[in-house]
Amino acid sequence: MPEVLLAAGASELRFRDPAKARALSAALGRVTAEIGRAPVSVMHVCGSHEQSIAKFGLRAVLPRDLNVIMGPGCPVCVTDVPEVDEAIVLAQDGVRIATYGDMLKVPGTVGSLADAQAAGAKVDVVYSAAQAVELARDTTEAVVFFASGFETTAVATAAVVLADPPANFSVLSAHKYIPPVMEIVAEMPGTKVEGFLAAGHAATITGSAIFERFVERHKIPVVVAGFEPLDILSGLVKLVELVRDKTPRVENMFPRCVTPEGNRNAQAHLWRVFRTVGGNWRGIAHVPNGNLRLRDEFAGVDARKKYRIDVRRLWTRAPSALTQTCICGTIMAGIASPHDCPLFGKACLPDAPVGACMVSSEGTCKIWYQYGGHPNL
Amino acid sequence: MTATTTARGEALITLRHGAGGRAMRQLIGETLAAGYLQSPVEGIGLAAMDDGAALRVGDRWLVVTTDSHVVHPIFFPGGDIGRLAVAGTVNDLAMMGATAPLGLTCAVVIEEGFRRSDLERLQRSMQETCREAGVTILTGDTKVMGRGELDGIVINTTGVALTDAVVPDAGLRPGDRLLVTGSIGDHGMALMVKRHGLAIEAELRSDVAPINGMIAAALAARPGAVTAMKDPTRGGVASALHEMAEKSGVGIVIHEPDVPVSQTVRAAAEMLGLDPFQIANEGKALLGVRPDAADAVLAALRGHPLGASAAIVGECIPDHVGRVILDTGLGRRLLVEVEGEPLPRIC
Repeated sequence: MPEVLLAAGASELRFRDPAKARALSAALGRVTAEIGRAPVSVMHVCGSHEQSIAKFGLRAVLPRDLNVIMGPGCPVCVTDVPEVDEAIVLAQDGVRIATYGDMLKVPGTVGSLADAQAAGAKVDVVYSAAQAVELARDTTEAVVFFASGFETTAVATAAVVLADPPANFSVLSAHKYIPPVMEIVAEMPGTKVEGFLAAGHAATITGSAIFERFVERHKIPVVVAGFEPLDILSGLVKLVELVRDKTPRVENMFPRCVTPEGNRNAQAHLWRVFRTVGGNWRGIAHVPNGNLRLRDEFAGVDARKKYRIDVRRLWTRAPSALTQTCICGTIMAGIASPHDCPLFGKACLPDAPVGACMVSSEGTCKIWYQYGGHPNL
Repeated sequence: MTATTTARGEALITLRHGAGGRAMRQLIGETLAAGYLQSPVEGIGLAAMDDGAALRVGDRWLVVTTDSHVVHPIFFPGGDIGRLAVAGTVNDLAMMGATAPLGLTCAVVIEEGFRRSDLERLQRSMQETCREAGVTILTGDTKVMGRGELDGIVINTTGVALTDAVVPDAGLRPGDRLLVTGSIGDHGMALMVKRHGLAIEAELRSDVAPINGMIAAALAARPGAVTAMKDPTRGGVASALHEMAEKSGVGIVIHEPDVPVSQTVRAAAEMLGLDPFQIANEGKALLGVRPDAADAVLAALRGHPLGASAAIVGECIPDHVGRVILDTGLGRRLLVEVEGEPLPRIC
């Protein structure tokens, strides 16, 4: 731990330097102006990018003509209703559910895991897949790890699946895979996206080269960026330069962590345990190859194979009328912003979320609520 | 987190109502405080929803405050519920400008099966904290309840003090500087790490301490120059600043790089996705000070052992009333209040 702390201190000095940030936002303004039309729209596909942009108040220094759209970058938010329902049914049937804190409040068809917990179901918040396994080792009860997250987090799940977990442990995978959804967004009718800022941590695993084919197909540049303020600003400068020069290609602006080929060992773990299948992303669309599910050889650790999960019994009560009004989907597709939603900050609050975007600290609505959106300051 | 209504639509109290934020203030205003808000009190009564009440007695003010303490776990790095019970009430008095308490009362409710040795340990801790604060316990009450009827122990303390001048939390004026008496987030972060069994080995210690001595020094530095005070306990600095801004009818700008946060708290908060501004403190204060006296008050704070890392962190502005703007050094955003317990994030 001490090394981690030192590293955090060091990165802060290097990647949060206000003078360098001012120089970068000035450069961003210049490059955007050189394009000579407005607005220029780019999209990030990672809640952590939005977190950083909001937390450090970067929107206040972005050029007015640059539209940085928040994409479907929150794994908790795109967890589909039936996936939440599966976890709720298991919990109601007496299985102990271990999951990340954010997943507790994600609304299912009727209610959330938190509601199930309030009604007596056993739900434990864990901070890692390994902690869920520890929980299983400490009990004779059946423990299901309701696993969410993109390829980064899925690697950690794969690691525990491969490490011979106890027989009472299994995984309910809601893991998602980011590259396919970028295709969906790029092909959406009326899309305004001229460039993508790709998530540095996911690319640490997948490598930056994974985006080459995407760029070739869609002629849209992709820049891999880290999460410190200077990472994001320099990533945006590079991305807007590529838009200006009409030279779509992949650029890695996070080379201190990301290589073109990525972490081969982690990829091997990931694909040994998981395969991609098509499925719905909440509010977005059906995403071909967008879901990560356990391979058949791991059926013994797969909660979907181990238990009969009948979610239909939850459907005897209708979902609340409010959910019909929720525009999370259009927000995640980058078409609307939280202020366009009549529920935002009124009927939909972090403690009483209507849509999943208000639940997770990676969710656009929650981030806007927590950091005040971007009023004119 | 839990349901907010029964099946028949009857409203229920949730943990959110106890988290120190907007929901709590609203609940109190609508229920517990209703009916007393217009009571004819000469001084500061319930309507002000300040840290305590102030009643005129001759040419001085009698300040009264009460606080029930529940904390899990009861022993935590840097303190325990006993130290918290004494320091919390002494500090609430100090926040009203009453830094020399006449005494405290102490009511204890204990769960059947509570270890006697733990009670003795808490008693020693309270005694030690009383000594630090220069206060004594005048009277008390003890109850024992059946196993499972409460969680371990609840300690209530009430404090009384006389002062010549009351400092409210609503006295900020545009131009006033805002001072914080030391690093923020230590108490809540130490507890969170302990409570959730997070494997962070670095030294995270609660800041729980009586700060009446330090506040006395700050008030004496330039009489009348401190316009408002608040201790940022539950809800953290974010909640306290909002309350001060709203009640005073000003906006507040905070310069984040000037706010002292220990390297350990900063790193732990980043790892867990938490914001130090929203995490509780138990030995810190926020002071509004007239601009010409800010340096003198800062020097007085820094002259006290508990105020060594005190800093001027912001100022009040006439517009953006009720809002707190955070200048991050890289940009600007709103600092908002949290609702409910902060939960660590997923990735």
